[in-house]
Amino acid sequence: MEIIGIIILALLVNNVVLAQFLGICPFLGVSQKVSTSIGMGAAVVFVMALANLVTYLIQYFILIPLHIEFMQTITFIFIIAFLVQVVEIILKKAAPSLYQALGIYLPLITTNCAVLGIAILAVQKNYTLVESVIYASAIAVGFTLALILMAGIREQMENTGYPSGMKGFPISLIIAGLLSLAFMGFAGLV
Amino acid sequence: MSQLKYFTNGLFKENPSLVLVLGTCPTLAVTTAAINGIGMGAATTFVLVFSNLLIAALKNLIPNKVRIAAFIVIIATFVTIVDLVMKAFTPDLYATLGIFIPLIVVNCIILGRAEAFAQKSNVIPAILDGLGMGIGFTLAITLMGSIREILGNGSIFNIKLVAEDANTILIFILPPGAFITYGYLIAIMNRMKKRYNI
Repeated sequence: MEIIGIIILALLVNNVVLAQFLGICPFLGVSQKVSTSIGMGAAVVFVMALANLVTYLIQYFILIPLHIEFMQTITFIFIIAFLVQVVEIILKKAAPSLYQALGIYLPLITTNCAVLGIAILAVQKNYTLVESVIYASAIAVGFTLALILMAGIREQMENTGYPSGMKGFPISLIIAGLLSLAFMGFAGLV
Repeated sequence: MSQLKYFTNGLFKENPSLVLVLGTCPTLAVTTAAINGIGMGAATTFVLVFSNLLIAALKNLIPNKVRIAAFIVIIATFVTIVDLVMKAFTPDLYATLGIFIPLIVVNCIILGRAEAFAQKSNVIPAILDGLGMGIGFTLAITLMGSIREILGNGSIFNIKLVAEDANTILIFILPPGAFITYGYLIAIMNRMKKRYNI
């Protein structure tokens, strides 16, 4: 039951982009087309779940026993950067077709603040290993959901007229605001 | 005098939040009140100035191939300093800004300036650039925090402007208000740039 609560909270109620403001850069940058946003989303789900698994182990088996918790930020960002590189190399060798699909999105993920943010949040919330990985996966699916919704709306916007001064970031941000308004409707769910 | 342009560049012409649209996450997340904008801006400015300084000073020692990793270590070091200092001296602000203090590490403004400016320049211009960008960022998020606080809470810097029980437009301090305010601010900025040809 608790796990289901975590999933619903992470996926809809506290949507990572629309309620917690993490990962805004890729949300605005890679949301022109539905197809690319699915690719980006898949890459984020993969890396985020893996990153939370590894950072959990680092936190509880290295940082806490050695009493160097203040090194958390610096260690985690390195782990994530390293992990992204490793995933890229492994995918290239083991699953070339998947690499073709996700390849260009992988390097972008290092700078996705959602990955680092969620890893730190999971530690702050004292989740267990399983909870932490499920939490990260649900958050990442929520990110993908927001990205696909956004891309769908932006594809439709191509053919619609709106003031030229709103082109680019302003109109995207206002669409995001309306999406966020809609997502607030999930607030009473849990 | 010629050095001054490095400083003024970030204030308006290349304002990181409103023109370059970098560092969007903290801009949206912490601007529920004007005071948060100042706190976040000060923390970011500190990291920006010192990481620019160190990167400019060490630019000949850092091998090109591992420069990004080196920059991240330098930035993360200063972020850890800010994190610990704020935890000790401003616990309330630290609690409000929360996760976004450690996330200064991945704020694209800082890595962006390191890569685009500090690694190619001397120490003094790098410091001025960091200071200008930092203050530009602070001004932008404080402005946005003020707008949201006035509209959403009827107050500024915690000073009430309307009657205690007056209705305010609550949506502006909730997440949707952040996106909408930011969207309009960028649109106004674009318009001003075009109008006055800056």
